[in-house]
Amino acid sequence: MPHETPLVFLLVVVGLIGVHLFVPKTRGWVWKVVAGIGVVMFAIQPYFALVWAPPEREMGEVYRIIYMHVPQVWMALLALTINAVCSFAYLMKKSWVTDSLAEASAEVGVYFGIVGVTLGAIWAKPTWGVYWDWDPRLTTAAILIVIYTGYLALRGFVEDPEKRATWSAVMGIIAFVDVPILWYSVQWWNSLHQTQSSPKTVDPQMVMVLRWSATAFLCLLFVFIWHRYLAAKETRMKEVALPEALPPARPEAA
Amino acid sequence: MFNFALGPDTALMRAHAAGYLWLGILFSSVLSLGESFRIESENLSLDGLKLAPADARAIFIGKALGNTLMLWLLSLVLLPVTIALFDVKVTLGIPALIGILLIGSLAISAPGTVYAAIASNARARDVLLPLLLFPILIPALLGCVKASALIFEGDPMNQLASWIRLLVAFNVVYWALGFILFPRVIEDD
Repeated sequence: MPHETPLVFLLVVVGLIGVHLFVPKTRGWVWKVVAGIGVVMFAIQPYFALVWAPPEREMGEVYRIIYMHVPQVWMALLALTINAVCSFAYLMKKSWVTDSLAEASAEVGVYFGIVGVTLGAIWAKPTWGVYWDWDPRLTTAAILIVIYTGYLALRGFVEDPEKRATWSAVMGIIAFVDVPILWYSVQWWNSLHQTQSSPKTVDPQMVMVLRWSATAFLCLLFVFIWHRYLAAKETRMKEVALPEALPPARPEAA
Repeated sequence: MFNFALGPDTALMRAHAAGYLWLGILFSSVLSLGESFRIESENLSLDGLKLAPADARAIFIGKALGNTLMLWLLSLVLLPVTIALFDVKVTLGIPALIGILLIGSLAISAPGTVYAAIASNARARDVLLPLLLFPILIPALLGCVKASALIFEGDPMNQLASWIRLLVAFNVVYWALGFILFPRVIEDD
Protein backbone atom coordinates (compact mmCIF):
# COMPACT_ATOMS: atom_id res chain seq x y z
CA MET A 1 0.00 0.00 0.00
CA PRO A 2 1.40 3.47 -0.89
CA HIS A 3 2.59 5.40 2.13
CA GLU A 4 0.42 8.39 1.32
CA THR A 5 -2.85 6.42 1.75
CA PRO A 6 -3.54 7.52 5.36
CA LEU A 7 -3.07 11.15 4.38
CA VAL A 8 -5.77 10.68 1.74
CA PHE A 9 -8.06 9.16 4.37
CA LEU A 10 -7.19 11.99 6.73
CA LEU A 11 -8.10 14.58 4.12
CA VAL A 12 -11.39 12.80 3.39
CA VAL A 13 -12.26 12.62 7.09
CA VAL A 14 -11.32 16.24 7.73
CA GLY A 15 -13.32 17.24 4.65
CA LEU A 16 -16.36 15.33 5.87
CA ILE A 17 -16.08 16.93 9.30
CA GLY A 18 -15.90 20.30 7.57
CA VAL A 19 -19.03 19.52 5.57
CA HIS A 20 -20.72 18.40 8.79
CA LEU A 21 -19.81 21.66 10.54
CA PHE A 22 -20.66 24.11 7.79
CA VAL A 23 -23.61 22.45 6.04
CA PRO A 24 -26.17 21.80 8.80
CA LYS A 25 -28.44 19.84 6.45
CA THR A 26 -25.87 17.04 6.20
CA ARG A 27 -25.62 16.50 9.97
CA GLY A 28 -27.98 13.55 9.86
CA TRP A 29 -25.74 11.30 7.79
CA VAL A 30 -22.18 12.63 7.57
CA TRP A 31 -21.25 11.35 11.02
CA LYS A 32 -22.39 7.88 9.97
CA VAL A 33 -20.01 7.97 7.01
CA VAL A 34 -17.17 9.10 9.28
CA ALA A 35 -18.06 6.37 11.76
CA GLY A 36 -18.07 3.84 8.90
CA ILE A 37 -14.62 4.94 7.73
CA GLY A 38 -13.44 4.70 11.33
CA VAL A 39 -14.80 1.17 11.73
CA VAL A 40 -13.14 0.02 8.51
CA MET A 41 -9.83 1.66 9.48
CA PHE A 42 -9.94 0.14 12.96
CA ALA A 43 -10.67 -3.27 11.45
CA ILE A 44 -7.51 -3.13 9.31
CA GLN A 45 -5.39 -1.29 11.87
CA PRO A 46 -4.34 -4.37 13.91
CA TYR A 47 -2.91 -5.97 10.76
CA PHE A 48 -0.87 -2.85 9.97
CA ALA A 49 0.21 -2.28 13.53
CA LEU A 50 0.99 -5.86 14.55
CA VAL A 51 2.15 -7.54 11.32
CA TRP A 52 2.89 -5.11 8.52
CA ALA A 53 4.99 -2.50 10.37
CA PRO A 54 8.59 -3.56 11.01
CA PRO A 55 9.81 -4.14 14.59
CA GLU A 56 11.71 -1.31 16.19
CA ARG A 57 15.52 -1.47 16.45
CA GLU A 58 15.86 -1.05 20.22
CA MET A 59 12.48 -2.08 21.59
CA GLY A 60 11.58 -4.87 19.18
CA GLU A 61 7.90 -5.72 19.20
CA VAL A 62 7.02 -3.85 22.39
CA TYR A 63 7.00 -0.48 20.60
CA ARG A 64 3.82 -1.43 18.70
CA ILE A 65 1.72 0.03 21.50
CA ILE A 66 2.77 3.39 20.01
CA TYR A 67 -0.02 3.00 17.46
CA MET A 68 -2.55 3.23 20.28
CA HIS A 69 -0.74 5.42 22.83
CA VAL A 70 0.34 8.32 20.61
CA PRO A 71 -2.91 8.84 18.62
CA GLN A 72 -4.98 8.69 21.82
CA VAL A 73 -2.89 11.38 23.48
CA TRP A 74 -3.02 13.47 20.30
CA MET A 75 -6.80 13.19 20.32
CA ALA A 76 -6.92 14.13 24.01
CA LEU A 77 -4.90 17.28 23.32
CA LEU A 78 -7.05 18.06 20.27
CA ALA A 79 -10.23 17.67 22.31
CA LEU A 80 -8.90 19.91 25.08
CA THR A 81 -7.89 22.49 22.49
CA ILE A 82 -11.46 22.43 21.16
CA ASN A 83 -12.57 22.90 24.76
CA ALA A 84 -10.37 25.99 25.16
CA VAL A 85 -11.56 27.46 21.85
CA CYS A 86 -15.20 26.89 22.87
CA SER A 87 -14.56 28.39 26.30
CA PHE A 88 -13.08 31.48 24.71
CA ALA A 89 -15.92 31.69 22.18
CA TYR A 90 -18.46 31.40 24.99
CA LEU A 91 -16.93 34.31 26.88
CA MET A 92 -16.98 36.39 23.70
CA LYS A 93 -20.58 35.56 22.89
CA LYS A 94 -22.90 33.50 25.08
CA SER A 95 -24.25 30.46 23.33
CA TRP A 96 -25.45 27.04 24.43
CA VAL A 97 -23.73 25.58 21.40
CA THR A 98 -20.21 26.44 22.52
CA ASP A 99 -21.05 25.60 26.12
CA SER A 100 -22.32 22.14 25.20
CA LEU A 101 -19.39 21.58 22.87
CA ALA A 102 -16.98 22.58 25.64
CA GLU A 103 -18.60 20.05 27.98
CA ALA A 104 -18.49 17.33 25.33
CA SER A 105 -14.88 17.94 24.33
CA ALA A 106 -13.64 18.12 27.92
CA GLU A 107 -15.24 14.82 28.81
CA VAL A 108 -14.01 13.04 25.68
CA GLY A 109 -10.58 14.64 26.15
CA VAL A 110 -10.32 13.35 29.71
CA TYR A 111 -11.32 9.89 28.51
CA PHE A 112 -8.67 9.82 25.77
CA GLY A 113 -6.13 11.31 28.17
CA ILE A 114 -6.69 8.64 30.81
CA VAL A 115 -6.55 5.80 28.28
CA GLY A 116 -3.51 7.31 26.56
CA VAL A 117 -1.59 7.77 29.80
CA THR A 118 -2.53 4.27 30.97
CA LEU A 119 -1.23 2.81 27.71
CA GLY A 120 1.92 4.89 28.17
CA ALA A 121 2.36 3.42 31.65
CA ILE A 122 1.95 -0.11 30.27
CA TRP A 123 4.58 0.70 27.65
CA ALA A 124 6.89 2.20 30.26
CA LYS A 125 7.11 -1.01 32.30
CA PRO A 126 9.07 -3.06 29.73
CA THR A 127 11.05 -0.12 28.31
CA TRP A 128 11.85 2.08 31.32
CA GLY A 129 11.44 -0.63 33.95
CA VAL A 130 8.73 1.26 35.86
CA TYR A 131 5.10 2.07 35.21
CA TRP A 132 5.41 5.59 36.42
CA ASP A 133 8.20 8.08 36.81
CA TRP A 134 7.73 11.64 38.05
CA ASP A 135 9.43 13.17 35.06
CA PRO A 136 8.16 16.43 33.51
CA ARG A 137 6.11 14.87 30.71
CA LEU A 138 4.32 12.38 32.94
CA THR A 139 3.84 14.91 35.72
CA THR A 140 2.29 17.51 33.42
CA ALA A 141 0.06 14.81 31.89
CA ALA A 142 -1.13 13.74 35.33
CA ILE A 143 -1.76 17.36 36.33
CA LEU A 144 -3.69 17.89 33.10
CA ILE A 145 -6.01 14.99 33.79
CA VAL A 146 -6.60 16.09 37.38
CA ILE A 147 -7.31 19.69 36.28
CA TYR A 148 -9.86 18.63 33.70
CA THR A 149 -11.44 16.16 36.12
CA GLY A 150 -11.85 19.18 38.40
CA TYR A 151 -13.38 21.04 35.46
CA LEU A 152 -15.95 18.28 35.00
CA ALA A 153 -16.59 18.28 38.76
CA LEU A 154 -17.23 22.03 38.62
CA ARG A 155 -19.76 21.47 35.86
CA GLY A 156 -21.44 18.89 38.05
CA PHE A 157 -21.53 21.09 41.13
CA VAL A 158 -23.16 24.23 39.68
CA GLU A 159 -26.89 24.13 39.15
CA ASP A 160 -27.54 27.41 37.35
CA PRO A 161 -26.77 26.71 33.66
CA GLU A 162 -25.60 30.24 32.85
CA LYS A 163 -23.28 30.48 35.83
CA ARG A 164 -22.01 26.99 35.10
CA ALA A 165 -21.27 27.94 31.51
CA THR A 166 -19.42 31.15 32.39
CA TRP A 167 -17.41 29.68 35.25
CA SER A 168 -16.43 26.57 33.39
CA ALA A 169 -15.41 28.70 30.40
CA VAL A 170 -13.15 30.72 32.71
CA MET A 171 -11.75 27.53 34.13
CA GLY A 172 -11.34 25.99 30.68
CA ILE A 173 -9.06 28.86 29.69
CA ILE A 174 -7.06 28.72 32.93
CA ALA A 175 -6.74 24.94 32.63
CA PHE A 176 -5.52 25.13 29.04
CA VAL A 177 -2.28 26.77 30.25
CA ASP A 178 -1.04 23.25 31.00
CA VAL A 179 -1.53 21.91 27.46
CA PRO A 180 1.37 23.73 25.74
CA ILE A 181 3.52 23.04 28.80
CA LEU A 182 2.73 19.33 28.38
CA TRP A 183 3.56 19.43 24.66
CA TYR A 184 6.89 21.23 25.09
CA SER A 185 7.85 19.55 28.38
CA VAL A 186 10.03 17.00 26.58
CA GLN A 187 11.94 19.78 24.84
CA TRP A 188 12.26 22.17 27.76
CA TRP A 189 13.40 19.71 30.41
CA ASN A 190 15.45 16.53 30.44
CA SER A 191 12.66 14.03 30.33
CA LEU A 192 12.75 10.27 30.36
CA HIS A 193 10.00 10.44 27.75
CA GLN A 194 11.39 10.85 24.24
CA THR A 195 10.88 14.08 22.32
CA GLN A 196 8.46 14.30 19.41
CA SER A 197 9.65 12.23 16.45
CA SER A 198 9.57 13.66 12.98
CA PRO A 199 8.45 11.71 9.91
CA LYS A 200 11.91 12.39 8.43
CA THR A 201 13.70 10.29 11.04
CA VAL A 202 11.23 7.42 11.34
CA ASP A 203 10.73 4.44 9.06
CA PRO A 204 8.09 5.40 6.42
CA GLN A 205 6.09 2.26 7.16
CA MET A 206 5.86 3.24 10.82
CA VAL A 207 4.83 6.77 9.90
CA MET A 208 2.15 5.36 7.64
CA VAL A 209 0.70 3.10 10.34
CA LEU A 210 0.80 5.88 12.91
CA ARG A 211 -1.07 8.21 10.57
CA TRP A 212 -3.54 5.44 9.79
CA SER A 213 -4.23 4.94 13.51
CA ALA A 214 -4.46 8.67 14.12
CA THR A 215 -7.05 9.04 11.35
CA ALA A 216 -9.05 6.14 12.76
CA PHE A 217 -8.97 7.74 16.21
CA LEU A 218 -9.95 11.08 14.69
CA CYS A 219 -13.12 9.44 13.36
CA LEU A 220 -13.76 8.03 16.82
CA LEU A 221 -13.09 11.41 18.46
CA PHE A 222 -15.46 13.18 16.09
CA VAL A 223 -18.29 10.69 16.62
CA PHE A 224 -17.78 10.72 20.41
CA ILE A 225 -17.77 14.50 20.67
CA TRP A 226 -20.72 14.87 18.31
CA HIS A 227 -22.91 12.52 20.30
CA ARG A 228 -21.79 13.84 23.65
CA TYR A 229 -22.54 17.31 22.30
CA LEU A 230 -26.06 16.32 21.26
CA ALA A 231 -26.68 14.92 24.74
CA ALA A 232 -25.27 18.04 26.42
CA LYS A 233 -27.30 20.34 24.20
CA GLU A 234 -30.47 18.39 24.93
CA THR A 235 -29.84 18.58 28.68
CA ARG A 236 -29.15 22.30 28.43
CA MET A 237 -32.33 22.96 26.47
CA LYS A 238 -34.35 21.11 29.10
CA GLU A 239 -32.69 23.13 31.86
CA VAL A 240 -33.43 26.51 30.34
CA ALA A 241 -36.88 25.67 28.95
CA LEU A 242 -39.84 27.01 30.89
CA PRO A 243 -42.08 24.34 32.36
CA GLU A 244 -45.00 23.89 29.98
CA ALA A 245 -47.58 23.22 32.67
CA LEU A 246 -47.18 26.68 34.22
CA PRO A 247 -49.43 29.52 33.09
CA PRO A 248 -47.67 32.31 31.14
CA ALA A 249 -45.59 34.44 33.50
CA ARG A 250 -47.21 37.67 34.62
CA PRO A 251 -45.04 40.74 35.14
CA GLU A 252 -46.30 41.39 38.70
CA ALA A 253 -45.49 37.83 39.74
CA ALA A 254 -41.80 38.33 39.16
CA MET B 1 1.35 16.88 62.38
CA PHE B 2 3.87 15.89 59.72
CA ASN B 3 6.24 15.12 62.55
CA PHE B 4 3.82 12.55 63.98
CA ALA B 5 2.89 11.10 60.62
CA LEU B 6 6.42 10.44 59.49
CA GLY B 7 8.23 9.69 62.73
CA PRO B 8 10.84 11.75 64.58
CA ASP B 9 13.87 11.42 62.29
CA THR B 10 15.56 14.80 62.71
CA ALA B 11 17.79 14.58 59.62
CA LEU B 12 14.86 13.60 57.43
CA MET B 13 12.71 16.30 58.97
CA ARG B 14 15.33 18.92 58.27
CA ALA B 15 15.66 17.83 54.64
CA HIS B 16 11.91 18.03 54.09
CA ALA B 17 11.22 21.15 56.10
CA ALA B 18 10.57 23.31 53.02
CA GLY B 19 7.94 20.87 51.81
CA TYR B 20 6.17 20.87 55.18
CA LEU B 21 6.26 24.65 55.35
CA TRP B 22 4.64 25.04 51.92
CA LEU B 23 2.08 22.32 52.45
CA GLY B 24 1.08 24.11 55.63
CA ILE B 25 0.73 27.38 53.73
CA LEU B 26 -1.20 25.67 50.92
CA PHE B 27 -3.71 24.02 53.23
CA SER B 28 -4.29 27.20 55.17
CA SER B 29 -4.62 29.15 51.92
CA VAL B 30 -7.73 27.14 51.07
CA LEU B 31 -9.28 28.23 54.34
CA SER B 32 -8.39 31.89 53.98
CA LEU B 33 -9.36 32.06 50.29
CA GLY B 34 -12.69 30.38 50.94
CA GLU B 35 -13.33 32.66 53.87
CA SER B 36 -12.56 35.78 51.82
CA PHE B 37 -15.57 35.09 49.58
CA ARG B 38 -17.84 33.37 52.11
CA ILE B 39 -18.28 36.61 54.04
CA GLU B 40 -18.91 38.47 50.80
CA SER B 41 -21.63 36.16 49.62
CA GLU B 42 -23.30 35.84 53.02
CA ASN B 43 -23.73 39.58 53.40
CA LEU B 44 -24.21 40.22 49.67
CA SER B 45 -21.40 42.74 49.99
CA LEU B 46 -19.98 41.64 46.65
CA ASP B 47 -23.09 43.17 45.09
CA GLY B 48 -22.28 46.39 46.91
CA LEU B 49 -18.76 46.29 45.51
CA LYS B 50 -20.10 45.75 42.03
CA LEU B 51 -22.41 48.75 42.41
CA ALA B 52 -19.47 50.95 43.26
CA PRO B 53 -18.23 53.00 40.29
CA ALA B 54 -15.10 50.89 39.91
CA ASP B 55 -13.83 48.42 37.39
CA ALA B 56 -14.50 44.78 38.26
CA ARG B 57 -10.83 44.15 37.57
CA ALA B 58 -10.01 46.47 40.44
CA ILE B 59 -11.98 44.15 42.71
CA PHE B 60 -9.81 41.28 41.54
CA ILE B 61 -6.59 43.18 42.21
CA GLY B 62 -7.84 44.25 45.63
CA LYS B 63 -9.09 40.81 46.60
CA ALA B 64 -6.00 39.03 45.34
CA LEU B 65 -3.62 41.47 47.02
CA GLY B 66 -5.62 41.15 50.24
CA ASN B 67 -5.35 37.37 50.06
CA THR B 68 -1.64 37.68 49.31
CA LEU B 69 -1.14 39.81 52.39
CA MET B 70 -3.07 37.34 54.56
CA LEU B 71 -1.04 34.42 53.29
CA TRP B 72 2.24 36.25 53.56
CA LEU B 73 1.57 37.25 57.18
CA LEU B 74 0.52 33.69 57.93
CA SER B 75 3.67 32.30 56.36
CA LEU B 76 5.75 34.77 58.36
CA VAL B 77 4.20 33.28 61.49
CA LEU B 78 4.80 29.72 60.27
CA LEU B 79 8.41 30.41 59.33
CA PRO B 80 9.96 30.68 62.84
CA VAL B 81 7.85 27.71 63.93
CA THR B 82 9.23 25.66 61.04
CA ILE B 83 12.80 26.72 61.76
CA ALA B 84 12.42 25.88 65.43
CA LEU B 85 10.53 22.60 65.06
CA PHE B 86 12.57 21.09 62.25
CA ASP B 87 15.88 22.57 63.40
CA VAL B 88 16.83 24.00 59.99
CA LYS B 89 19.63 26.46 59.29
CA VAL B 90 18.79 29.25 56.86
CA THR B 91 22.02 29.30 54.88
CA LEU B 92 21.16 32.10 52.46
CA GLY B 93 19.56 34.36 55.03
CA ILE B 94 16.06 35.18 56.22
CA PRO B 95 15.39 38.10 53.78
CA ALA B 96 15.69 35.79 50.73
CA LEU B 97 13.27 33.38 52.36
CA ILE B 98 10.80 36.16 53.12
CA GLY B 99 11.00 37.14 49.44
CA ILE B 100 10.20 33.59 48.33
CA LEU B 101 7.28 33.51 50.78
CA LEU B 102 5.95 36.70 49.18
CA ILE B 103 6.30 35.37 45.60
CA GLY B 104 4.67 32.13 46.67
CA SER B 105 1.78 33.94 48.36
CA LEU B 106 1.25 35.98 45.19
CA ALA B 107 1.29 32.79 43.11
CA ILE B 108 -1.31 31.09 45.30
CA SER B 109 -3.55 34.15 45.51
CA ALA B 110 -4.07 34.93 41.82
CA PRO B 111 -5.70 31.66 40.70
CA GLY B 112 -6.96 31.19 44.27
CA THR B 113 -9.03 34.37 44.15
CA VAL B 114 -10.65 33.44 40.83
CA TYR B 115 -11.45 29.93 41.99
CA ALA B 116 -12.65 31.05 45.40
CA ALA B 117 -15.09 33.39 43.68
CA ILE B 118 -16.35 30.48 41.60
CA ALA B 119 -16.46 27.94 44.39
CA SER B 120 -18.12 30.23 46.93
CA ASN B 121 -21.35 30.17 44.94
CA ALA B 122 -21.33 26.51 44.04
CA ARG B 123 -22.62 23.53 45.93
CA ALA B 124 -20.07 21.76 48.16
CA ARG B 125 -17.73 24.75 47.99
CA ASP B 126 -15.39 23.44 50.66
CA VAL B 127 -14.68 20.38 48.54
CA LEU B 128 -14.62 22.20 45.24
CA LEU B 129 -12.00 24.85 45.98
CA PRO B 130 -9.09 22.49 46.77
CA LEU B 131 -10.18 20.17 43.97
CA LEU B 132 -9.92 22.98 41.42
CA LEU B 133 -7.04 24.89 42.93
CA PHE B 134 -4.45 22.29 43.95
CA PRO B 135 -3.67 20.84 40.51
CA ILE B 136 -3.25 24.34 39.07
CA LEU B 137 -0.87 25.23 41.90
CA ILE B 138 1.45 22.25 41.52
CA PRO B 139 4.08 24.14 39.45
CA ALA B 140 4.05 26.99 41.96
CA LEU B 141 4.30 24.59 44.90
CA LEU B 142 7.21 22.83 43.22
CA GLY B 143 9.02 26.11 42.60
CA CYS B 144 8.41 27.39 46.14
CA VAL B 145 9.53 24.17 47.80
CA LYS B 146 12.69 23.87 45.69
CA ALA B 147 13.59 27.53 46.14
CA SER B 148 13.01 27.39 49.91
CA ALA B 149 14.98 24.18 50.22
CA LEU B 150 17.90 25.80 48.38
CA ILE B 151 17.71 28.79 50.72
CA PHE B 152 17.72 26.45 53.72
CA GLU B 153 20.58 24.27 52.54
CA GLY B 154 22.63 26.65 50.39
CA ASP B 155 22.80 26.83 46.63
CA PRO B 156 26.18 25.56 45.37
CA MET B 157 24.92 24.89 41.83
CA ASN B 158 23.16 28.26 41.28
CA GLN B 159 19.78 26.63 40.70
CA LEU B 160 17.85 29.19 42.68
CA ALA B 161 17.44 31.68 39.81
CA SER B 162 15.73 29.17 37.53
CA TRP B 163 13.13 28.27 40.18
CA ILE B 164 12.48 31.95 40.83
CA ARG B 165 12.03 32.47 37.08
CA LEU B 166 9.44 29.68 37.08
CA LEU B 167 7.59 31.37 39.94
CA VAL B 168 7.69 34.77 38.25
CA ALA B 169 6.38 33.27 34.99
CA PHE B 170 3.61 31.50 36.92
CA ASN B 171 2.67 34.77 38.59
CA VAL B 172 2.63 36.71 35.32
CA VAL B 173 0.42 34.13 33.58
CA TYR B 174 -2.13 33.73 36.37
CA TRP B 175 -2.32 37.38 37.43
CA ALA B 176 -2.94 38.29 33.77
CA LEU B 177 -5.58 35.57 33.35
CA GLY B 178 -7.26 36.52 36.61
CA PHE B 179 -7.23 40.18 35.65
CA ILE B 180 -8.92 39.43 32.33
CA LEU B 181 -11.31 36.69 33.43
CA PHE B 182 -12.38 37.73 36.93
CA PRO B 183 -15.04 40.27 35.80
CA ARG B 184 -16.81 37.46 33.96
CA VAL B 185 -16.86 35.32 37.10
CA ILE B 186 -18.64 37.80 39.34
CA GLU B 187 -21.04 39.32 36.79
CA ASP B 188 -24.60 38.13 37.13
CA ASP B 189 -26.81 38.58 34.16
